[in-house]
Parts: sequence; C-alpha cells; structure tokens
Amino acid sequence: MANSPEKEHPVKSFGWAARDASGHLSPFNFSRRATGEEDVRFKVLYCGICHSDLHNIKNEWGLSIYPMVPGHEIVGEVTEVGSKVKKVRVGDKVGVGCMVGACHSCESCANNLENYCPKVILTYNGIYYDGTMTYGGYADSMVANERYVVQIPDGMPLDAAAPLLCAGITVYSPLKYFGLGEAGKHIGIVGLGGLGHVAVKFAKALGSKVTVISTSPNKKTDALEHLGADSFLVSRDQGEMQAAMGSFDGIIDTVSAVHPIMPLLGLLKSHGKLIMVGAPYEPLELPVFSLIIGRKTMAGSGIGGMKETQEMIDFAAKHNIKADIEVISMDYVNKAMERLGKGDVRYRFVIDIGNTLVATKP
Amino acid sequence: MSKSSEEEHPQKALGWAARDSSGTLSPFHFSRRENGDDDVTVKIFYCGVCHSDLHTVRNDWGFTRYPVVPGHEIVGVATKVGNNVTKFKASDRVGVGVMVGSCKTCECCQQDLENYCPRVIFTYNSHNPDGTINYGGYSDMIVVDQRYVVRFPDNLPMDAGAPLLCAGITVYSPMKYYGMTDAGKHLGVAGLGGLGHVAVKIAKAFGLKVTVISSSPSKESEAINRLGADSFLVSSDPSKMKSAIGTMDYIIDTVSAVHPLLPLLTLLKVNGKLVTVGLPNKSLELPIFPLVLGRKLIGGSDAGGMKETQEMLDFCAKHNISADIELIRMDNINTAMERLAKSDVRYRFVIDVANSLSQ
Repeated sequence: MANSPEKEHPVKSFGWAARDASGHLSPFNFSRRATGEEDVRFKVLYCGICHSDLHNIKNEWGLSIYPMVPGHEIVGEVTEVGSKVKKVRVGDKVGVGCMVGACHSCESCANNLENYCPKVILTYNGIYYDGTMTYGGYADSMVANERYVVQIPDGMPLDAAAPLLCAGITVYSPLKYFGLGEAGKHIGIVGLGGLGHVAVKFAKALGSKVTVISTSPNKKTDALEHLGADSFLVSRDQGEMQAAMGSFDGIIDTVSAVHPIMPLLGLLKSHGKLIMVGAPYEPLELPVFSLIIGRKTMAGSGIGGMKETQEMIDFAAKHNIKADIEVISMDYVNKAMERLGKGDVRYRFVIDIGNTLVATKP
Repeated sequence: MSKSSEEEHPQKALGWAARDSSGTLSPFHFSRRENGDDDVTVKIFYCGVCHSDLHTVRNDWGFTRYPVVPGHEIVGVATKVGNNVTKFKASDRVGVGVMVGSCKTCECCQQDLENYCPRVIFTYNSHNPDGTINYGGYSDMIVVDQRYVVRFPDNLPMDAGAPLLCAGITVYSPMKYYGMTDAGKHLGVAGLGGLGHVAVKIAKAFGLKVTVISSSPSKESEAINRLGADSFLVSSDPSKMKSAIGTMDYIIDTVSAVHPLLPLLTLLKVNGKLVTVGLPNKSLELPIFPLVLGRKLIGGSDAGGMKETQEMLDFCAKHNISADIELIRMDNINTAMERLAKSDVRYRFVIDVANSLSQ
C-alpha cells in the first residue's frame, strides 16, 4: 500500500505544492529520505521560479503528477553530509538544478551529460530510484546525491545565483557547445525573459557581440543600458529585420510560444546556427529552403550536465554574472505565477524561502 | 532590342528546352559565348536527369524562366581551352555540375564554397553577368569558366558517373561537413532515389553502417543485396520504427515530398544530426521538444564547392562508385520525366546526348 507523502520517508519536510491543473499552490506537508552516504542535505534559502514550474503546475505538457512541489533553481546551506561525500561540508553554500539522478552507465552519463540520459531523474515531478516522487525546491530542505549538487563560490549573492541553476546553464551550455560564445561572433538572443536576459550577460562575458531580438520595443533601454547588449532588433519591424539579414553567426531562441522561424533563419549568415532553448509544445513550421540555401542548422539544447553546470557557476562568479530578480515571499507565489504568465517580471522571481516559508505553516 | 536565344551569342548550339510549365521538352536552337581566356568548351557526351530538372521545367519552385534548357550533371570532353587555362587541355574528360559562376571574392568563394556565394550562377535558369539567361546540359556543348569544370577520372564510366556531379556532391558534401564519416557509426538514408542510392554507396565506402529508411518495402532487396546497405527500415511500419528509436548517429534526408520529421528525429541518438538535402516546396512541421531533449540538430546542405566536387569524384573513382542508371535517348526525355515524377527509375536517368541529340 502506497504511503502518503508525509509518511513515505523518515524526515519531515514542509513546502508548497500544486494539487491539480489549476496550478494553485498551497502549504504541503511531506517527507524526504534520510541522508544517505552519498547525499548532501541542505536548508533551502532561495528558489527561483522557472517558467517550467508554471508549465508543470498547470500540466501544460501533460506529464504532471500531483501533488507537485516545483522548484529547480535551489540554493541553500548544507546541514548534513553523508559519510562518502567529499565535495562539500556542513555550512557550505550549495545549489541544485533540474536533476537529481541518472543511470550513470550510458554514453551520455559517461560524457558528463546526465541531462541527456534517457533515465534522467528530474528534481521534481520525477520518480526517484526508490520509486517515490521527487519534490522540488519550494520547500524547507533538500536532499540530493553529491553528484547533483554544485558549490556556490564565496561571495556570490545566493538569491541572484539561484536562477543560474536552470536559466543560466540552459543558455551557457549551447553558447559553449555550438561555439557561439566567443570573440568575433555576433549572436542574437530572441526573447528577453528569464533565459534571455541571462543569455545576454553570458554571451557578452564570453566575448560575443550581442543583439537582443524582441517583440517588445519597451525592453530596448534595459537591454542596451542595463544588460549590456550591443543592439536591439524589434522583430515586428520589417525594415529593421530586413537590414539585419545575414548578419548573425548564431541565434539563441528562448521563446516558448509558437512563432515563425523563417525570419530568424534569414537573419543568420550562411553556416549560421539557430539554437532552440525555449520549448514550444506544438511543432514549428520549418522552411527547408532556408536551411539548405546557406547550409544553416537548427538545433535544440536542454539545460546541461553537472560538470558544465559547476563550470557555469564558477564562470558567473568570476565575471559577476547574476540574474536580475524580484525577491518574493512564499505566500506571494500564486500572484507571481499569474504575473509570470503575462511576462510581467524583470526577469526572474526568486522565493525567499529561508525567511518566509516557515511563517506559512498552518 | 534583345536578341533571340539563337543570336545573342556567337556559337550555335542545339538543346532541348521546356517552353512552359507543362514541362514538355522539345528541340531548341540557341547559342553559347565564344571560348574566353578562362573558359573550357565541352562537347557534352552524357547528362544526368536530376529531380531538380523536373521541378524546374514544371516551375514547381516558382522561379523558372522559359525557355529553360535543364541539365547539371554533365560529362564530356574538352574541345577547346582558353589561354589562361592550365588545368585542362583539349581531349580531357571533364565534368560540369550545378554551377558555372560565382563572385570569386566573397568569404564563401575564398573558402572554396562557391555554391554558397550570394552571387552564385547556377548552370541553368540563372543570369550570366551579361544579363543573358544560361542554358544547361541537355545540349550539344557548353562553355564554362575553368574554375567550375572538374577533371573526370579515367576509371569512372562517363555515363554512370554523370549523376555524381549533382547527386554525388549533394550527399558527399554534408557527410564531410557535418562529420558523418566516422567508420562504424550508423547512418540512416531516408529515401532511395537518385540521391539516396548514391548516399548508400558513399557511406559504405566511408565504413559506416547504413540503414535505408523508405516507404517502399519493394526496395529492400536491392538496397541490401545490390547497394550494400546493412539494413532497411520501412517508415510506414510503426513497430519497426519503434524498435529503431535512438539508434542512428546521423540521417541524410533525401526526400523532396512533404513528410513528417518527427519519426526521423526519434531515430537519432542524443546529439544526432539530421541533414536535409531534399527540397520540398512547402514548409515541414518541426517539433522542437525532440531537438531540446536530445540536443539534436537539423541542418541543410546545398550541393558543394568546386574543390570538394573534385575530391568527391576522385573518392568515387578510388572506390569504384558510380550511379545506377538507365541510359535514354534525348527524344525519350519527356517519358523519362513522367516516370521520374512517379519515382519509376532505378535510380537515375542519363541522357546519351552525343549519340541521340540529332542536328
């Protein structure tokens, strides 16, 4: 007989969960496993709100299992480590991103690409090795296998670092893998939201020239003056788009709504690359001619492996890259989700778990 | 007043042209330029019938200028070379493929990628620098700048080697560019026609494991027994497709009809690459999740540069690779086009121009 979430594990935990596809979040008592010999247990201080959290609580991808505790941009302070843990000690600041397990025997895992393992275990809404549900970071504590824990360097502000654990790695990984983040390259970033704004910062730090491509002209000042983009292209302006054709080495497309890609392919130089990191649920229309004439490529990329996630965090610390955030209290989360649905945030909500969660306990 | 096609250039030429979008071809008198200092004049022996010829004569892509003389898989003999020509001499066996000119100064041209030059001049249906329209290989002779002429290897048959000038380079180039040549890796070839059958042969020469993916179960025996494919996957068989999920390192998609991409994407391993060389005239549906979840890539490729075209021909000569052809007379071209439209050819028609293009 299946145990209730409160009873299935020995250590009590408290968080906020969605119970159904309305996506409404509310206090939730559950439990976590005891700290295993390879596990790191930490008190959650902050958790970023990723757009995937919104997609998942509303079951927009059809994969949701309720009750669901979302949150995969989690930072906190270590409270206990298992006997075999070497990476971190009690008191260290750590983070957990989108995954907490994988098979460790496939080619992807062997190449430090656990994110592409066919048996990857997601931080929430996944099934752990012991058959129980995984619960995410909108909670007081986390326990995770050492392999899936990253160290947050001293001096890095924890609240602004949290979104890097998903948004950061999601754009950093393709910038490196597809050779787009380097001096001499001209990169376009489509969409200026959680992913987009962090992409601008990483691409600039890696040496690229960056143009933000957006439907919203009102984001121009922020993009240029605050985020450091070199230029701004309004995608609905035919004249601007025409003038920019054939001028990009690569484009990172963060938009998750269905949108036309022919104009984006037209912006690329020959041999240019369009990398999709936003994940529209419905297919897009691919004008094959636009790929063939000019030998252009389109590819997808999904988060990144643990080794490169640590590399990304270290790079961000070195270059002072942090997300632009709006810190909220736990009980604001439903309102935040509503605003996120309308793109009304510059550019990531981060829940101050450490200071505001416990007060919501009934 | 513009001159007629017979008068606009000094050398008389005879070919077959389509005059309208019915695509029906018939004899056509026109003219070619004088052989300039950089030029090679080619007496055409054979010309392959590429599916692009069919698309063009019927104006499927909407940019055909009539009358159009198609043909860009040309093999013949040089009869005259200009003063600056050092690579060729009269009586050399030569080939001409999909292009006859480019700007020669842009980044692409400098990297031997003339096919991606924004001012590339295709072998037919393109404007010459003097503004005249150019005519392709369904004709008795052609005058081409030496840069766009390749040496045709001695040990390759001229007729069966002709399709390599387009079909061959169209599959060879992406195999090199996208890194699809590691021996032991698994390549899927979608579509078994002119492009597909040459892809199988070239891939096997690279030491790849090859699976043909086709909607026609009747092609299985040939694919395996004659072309040397390792296996055959019927794309309309869901259970066979399911068991092949995540097994291919790369796929070359040669299919030019509109078709679903999702089944092909699921056949790829993580980091797998799908290269599309077929040219459907409508957009295809591209699901993004499979790309994101498996870091998969879809890329295009369009023929190849001159240097790699020569490299491809030499590679084929070394490995004894030529196309499987059905040799036809010039005056059977319309029947051949109709059969090609129904994919009724194993696997390329080649016109015996020298022996059948009557005066």
